Amino acid sequence: MPQTIETKTVKHIAFLVRLGISEEEAQKFSRQFSAIIDYFNMLNEVDTTNVPPASDIANAENVLRDDIVQPSMSREEFLKNAPQSERGYIKVPTVLGD
Amino acid sequence: MRPTYEPVIGLEIHAELITNSKMFCGCSANYASAPEPNTNICPVCTGLPGALPVANKKAIELAVLVGLALNCSVNKHNTFARKNYYYPDLPKGYQISQYELPICENGWLEVEFPSPQTHQTPPLPSGEGRGVRETPLSLRERARVRVRRVHIEEDTAKLFHEKNYALVDFNRAGVPLLEIVSEPDIHSVEAALDYATKVRAILRYLGVNSGDMEKGVLRFEANVSVRPVDSDELRTRTEIKNLNSFRALTRAIAYEIERQIQIYESGGAVVQETLGWDDVRGMTTSQRSKEEAHDYRYFPEPDLPPLQLSDEWIESIRTRLPELPEAKTARFISDFGLTLSEARFLTSERTLADYFERVAAKAKSPARTVHSWIAGEFMRYLNDSGKSIEDVTLLPESFAKLIDMVTDKVISGNSAKVVLNEMLASGGDPEQIVREKNLAQVSDENQIQAIVEKILNDNPAEVEKYLAGKETLLQWFMGQVARATKGKADPNVAKELLVKSLEERRK
Amino acid sequence: MQFHTLTIRQAHQLLITKQLSSVELTQAILGRIREIDSKVKSYVTVAEELALEQAKKADERIAKGENVTPLTGIPFSMKDCISTRGVRTTCSSKILANYIPQYNATVTNKLVEAGAVLLGKTNMDEFGMGSSCENSAFFNTHNPWDLTRVPGGSSGGAAASLAAGLCLFSIGEDTGGSVRMPAGFCNVTGIKPTYGRVSRYGLIALASSFDCIGPMTRDVYDCATVLEHIAGHDPHDSTTYQTPVPKYTASIHQPIRKMKLGIPKEYFIAGMEAGVESALQEAIRQFEKLGMEIHEVSLPHTQYALPVYYLLLFAEASANLARFDGTRFGLSVAEGAKDVIDIYLQTRREGFGDEVKRRIMLGAYALSAGYYDAYYLKAQKVRTLLRRDFESAFSKVDLLLAPTCPTTAFKLGEKTSDPLEMYLSDIYVVATNPAGVPAIALPCGFSNNLPVGMQLIGKHLDEQTLFQVAHAYQQVTDWHKKIPPL
Ligand SMILES: [Mg+2]
Ligand SMILES: [Zn+2]
Repeated sequence: MPQTIETKTVKHIAFLVRLGISEEEAQKFSRQFSAIIDYFNMLNEVDTTNVPPASDIANAENVLRDDIVQPSMSREEFLKNAPQSERGYIKVPTVLGD
Repeated sequence: MRPTYEPVIGLEIHAELITNSKMFCGCSANYASAPEPNTNICPVCTGLPGALPVANKKAIELAVLVGLALNCSVNKHNTFARKNYYYPDLPKGYQISQYELPICENGWLEVEFPSPQTHQTPPLPSGEGRGVRETPLSLRERARVRVRRVHIEEDTAKLFHEKNYALVDFNRAGVPLLEIVSEPDIHSVEAALDYATKVRAILRYLGVNSGDMEKGVLRFEANVSVRPVDSDELRTRTEIKNLNSFRALTRAIAYEIERQIQIYESGGAVVQETLGWDDVRGMTTSQRSKEEAHDYRYFPEPDLPPLQLSDEWIESIRTRLPELPEAKTARFISDFGLTLSEARFLTSERTLADYFERVAAKAKSPARTVHSWIAGEFMRYLNDSGKSIEDVTLLPESFAKLIDMVTDKVISGNSAKVVLNEMLASGGDPEQIVREKNLAQVSDENQIQAIVEKILNDNPAEVEKYLAGKETLLQWFMGQVARATKGKADPNVAKELLVKSLEERRK
Repeated sequence: MQFHTLTIRQAHQLLITKQLSSVELTQAILGRIREIDSKVKSYVTVAEELALEQAKKADERIAKGENVTPLTGIPFSMKDCISTRGVRTTCSSKILANYIPQYNATVTNKLVEAGAVLLGKTNMDEFGMGSSCENSAFFNTHNPWDLTRVPGGSSGGAAASLAAGLCLFSIGEDTGGSVRMPAGFCNVTGIKPTYGRVSRYGLIALASSFDCIGPMTRDVYDCATVLEHIAGHDPHDSTTYQTPVPKYTASIHQPIRKMKLGIPKEYFIAGMEAGVESALQEAIRQFEKLGMEIHEVSLPHTQYALPVYYLLLFAEASANLARFDGTRFGLSVAEGAKDVIDIYLQTRREGFGDEVKRRIMLGAYALSAGYYDAYYLKAQKVRTLLRRDFESAFSKVDLLLAPTCPTTAFKLGEKTSDPLEMYLSDIYVVATNPAGVPAIALPCGFSNNLPVGMQLIGKHLDEQTLFQVAHAYQQVTDWHKKIPPL
């Protein structure tokens, strides 16, 4: 069943992953997504009743850390890459919705 | 006459775990005592490209410990998940949490609440911390609140909102956090308070969280809806976030219950939304949510293999469970003959209960006497001095000896209070202090009789009034005796002699 | 002396016998980079100073004879998604164009400790998202065998730098063929180890449950040598195996007679380029001559490998790339930002290329409410079936043989218009990553003067067998010795 992803859906997802996109881009992606998702739908052919998802299969044994404190990285190093910082803090614009 | 409503309340409790290092990296988790921002950080907890999490064994042990204390079943196979949303306090753009398979599930906790409860919002507790109960215990009901799940996650960074920008400190980012989620089994503000109080007490008993609300190591979220009493429908609920004190918790829930009732009463409909609590204005406020459409896109964390816990390991954790408040309370009642409220008070803090037990063990006096000394003068000293019981250096032996001295009439209760405060302030042995301060009680009848005679002679007017029927003056005469003897006179003897001498004056 | 065609083993001999110094070797290779990398464009960053510094240290080690390893003094290149402290690490993305990591990946540390000499960082498809290197935000890398063609992807720069003699070995990364496919296009040997065999700490994640760092070398012996040095448990990576790393080179000469080689019938179907097909058939005959038993096997779910792989990759990538938000490192587009959300939107819009945008959006879609079961969860279940395919195949045979790509290197720009068509070129290499099994790619012939690659796929943690068989093959063939005309 060919499935289309409307531009409004594309815009919604784009915002979910914090991507600014234009109307034109939204339309282009909408076309491409529909084709790709349609291709993915071939998985519906596969019978997976009683098949566990692979993510539940531990392929490594428990790997846990002992509760021991390791030295911190230098703040100067950390802030060197920061676009904006102030008094040892990372600085960001106002945070609305809070 | 409007119908009465029943609130339906579920609580989410976020509790930081006391560990040395963070949940997924070796940075110190003790952000509270970090001198400067961004000094307990590494590539993992600041979300640098390529960094990977490794789970803290201790945090997992503590999570299981809490789950067991809350009567949960432990999932031997449990998994971490990514909760995706964007916020400057969340460095990776997702929070490592647990979703489909939390570490613990299906527990319960017994709570108490006044009966019957309706929408009439009960009086709010005045204090914080220890459960303040205003309804007599006799009028209370008990019920189980189911604990849906207990899961492990990582705390976020600290965000400081300035005028037109914000500052981020990652020292708290990645600190182990426990989320304890109840079913909506709570039907009154008081039951909610009791549940929250009990959970806090248990966390403190287990030593996994300080319960220090001011420091934000314990945070509440409540989801609230109301429905007509006797209906079992589940109506639209609202979620109140960031409740950082018991007072905020109870006030917010009470306010929200009332708000929703008003809406229904005026024929309106409650909208499902996330609310904030404005403590200053005392009202819930609609909050623009972090992730408008709450689509967190949870999926299994591929960087962390599922946890496989063995029965042996889980049982070894179970053996570390201390006696919990409820059990201790019951034992105090049966072993020490205390009343429920006396036992409740003593078991409200593990350290207090332990101290009581140590004193009671040394004292020959009845446990209830020990209780009244601890609940009375001892607590008064702690409150006045602002000290906590951990600071108390007074040896239980000495305290016990002092209490026995009162019981054996070696000193009067009033003198004992003086001695106790002396010992609490600067240690020392009760007998020695009594000797130094020469506080030994006078029980010698002749000695006291002489004093009584003098007082009666000196106060003919009062004697008149007394004999004329104003017998309440007896207390006044007692006071005079106490003053004359600096409180050392055995009150029973003094009273006896006073009455006798007064009666003799009738003739 | 022709330095740029040396194997690690040959160079090591020259170094320890003092016929050559690491500084000389490094300078020679750096010179060749200056000379011809303008045509190949395999490097994003050349760390000349650091390289010479490390080379000098290596020479001192060799002079003192102190902890000299087979890699001491050997110049190598590394895919630009592996963190190198103090050396720009870009993932060939605008968003990291000026990002200088504060820490080393575990693999970087291991190589530095071994005394290897890092020449620089190689071009790739942005964040590993692509099969031709054309998704680099900076420039295209050209195939040394035909500069009008792609080197394959996403480790195209790594493969090209090695084929062009601009390093003695390269460290690539394989999420769904990203080492093997370009190895095939560029006529080099490369291995995708068992998932969890090599630490991912410091590797900038594409798909966390698929990503595998793997060496690219001139022959199998070198490949075994490098893997010995970078593999092993890492306390910083919870998904690495604790199982000790065997000394692959010690047993690489063991006989392969009577070993069972499986030919998955689903991999030999219409659509394969004729020259590729015949090269593969010739290789099979070669293994028969080497005394191996050839068995046809079936991997019934092969056709679903591609959708499973891409769905899960998109989902994991959508979360892995969320941290690039312009607040702590990398590009930050803050002009006129009133709210922090504006920084996110603007930075990610300008910082990511179209393929990255497509994938993180599709990943979010596959995980979003209402679609999770149909896409993400379904893919995880079919992934289990893919694993079972391999398990049952390996109950019958010791290893499998398959092509690395249905075609030889295609023309630059040939497939850029249609993303889906580009995805299809990974058809033979993706299945191993969801299954986690190891696979080694090696040259097996030419088709109209372009290299053809094949891959041998093994059981979990059985790199050993792959090396033995591949090594035996290279003892009787010399495809791997062919050098591009540059
Ligand atoms: Mg939570
Ligand atoms: Zn850290």
